Amino acid sequence: MSATEGELLAAAPAFAALGDAVRLGIVARLCRDGPLPTIALKQGAGSVTRQGVTKHLRVLEEAGLVTSDRVGRDRQWRLREQRLADMRAYLESMSAEWDRRVERLRRLVEE
Amino acid sequence: MDTDKIEKRIVLKASLERVWRAVSEPAQFGAWFGAAIDGPFVAGQEVVGRIAPTKADPEVAKLQEPYAGAPWRIRVERIEPMRLFSFRWHPFAIDPAYDYSQEPMTLVTFTLAEVEGGVLLTITETGFDRLPLARRAKALESNTGGWEHQTKLIEKYLAGTAR
Repeated sequence: MSATEGELLAAAPAFAALGDAVRLGIVARLCRDGPLPTIALKQGAGSVTRQGVTKHLRVLEEAGLVTSDRVGRDRQWRLREQRLADMRAYLESMSAEWDRRVERLRRLVEE
Repeated sequence: MDTDKIEKRIVLKASLERVWRAVSEPAQFGAWFGAAIDGPFVAGQEVVGRIAPTKADPEVAKLQEPYAGAPWRIRVERIEPMRLFSFRWHPFAIDPAYDYSQEPMTLVTFTLAEVEGGVLLTITETGFDRLPLARRAKALESNTGGWEHQTKLIEKYLAGTAR
């Protein structure tokens, strides 16, 4: 099953650093073909300039989603999968916290 | 489709008045939420307190223990007696060394409606999309569970791009 563009966009807000189609695209490419050098990511990013791609990569790096190693004059980028897993766990955790609160509230008012 | 919202719905077998007090009176609210709250809830005003392990559940109390005494604060948004109570806050703002004040807050809304057999309580928390990702990941430690819809979207996304 392949995610459609609509589904990708729907998932975009879940990645706060990826609230942007270009960054989402970069993560998708690294997920599929990574690790990749900056130049390869630029080639897959349509009309975005190399400078633009680099800027997006920095945002992703600051969010802990990708990391890079220097290779010659370029950098090789890869996903930090633990971070993606962490993020998913955070989303789950927020909901679970409310489940516990609601259960305590229920006990309080139904006693 | 909403990806930045948590919603919980539960029918409580109690009177509307009882449920309203439990969500709108600071002492009662604090008892189940897990906070000792220092002031009344007034629309438009901030109220502060401290994280206080709940007495209702020893297991949960143990989880909360490390954060006991940490500052707790909300800004009350709206109070509509017997119907709606809402506030903004920084969820999991538990790191004393971190300044949360510059971050966006989420909005938590309690809506009450009388139904057969009790009160339908709907709780929503919105605004997660705007929280810095780094902090979301940091806030993890004490929790597990399932925000199923969101999780499925991400799973689907990762499954679709993994090949």
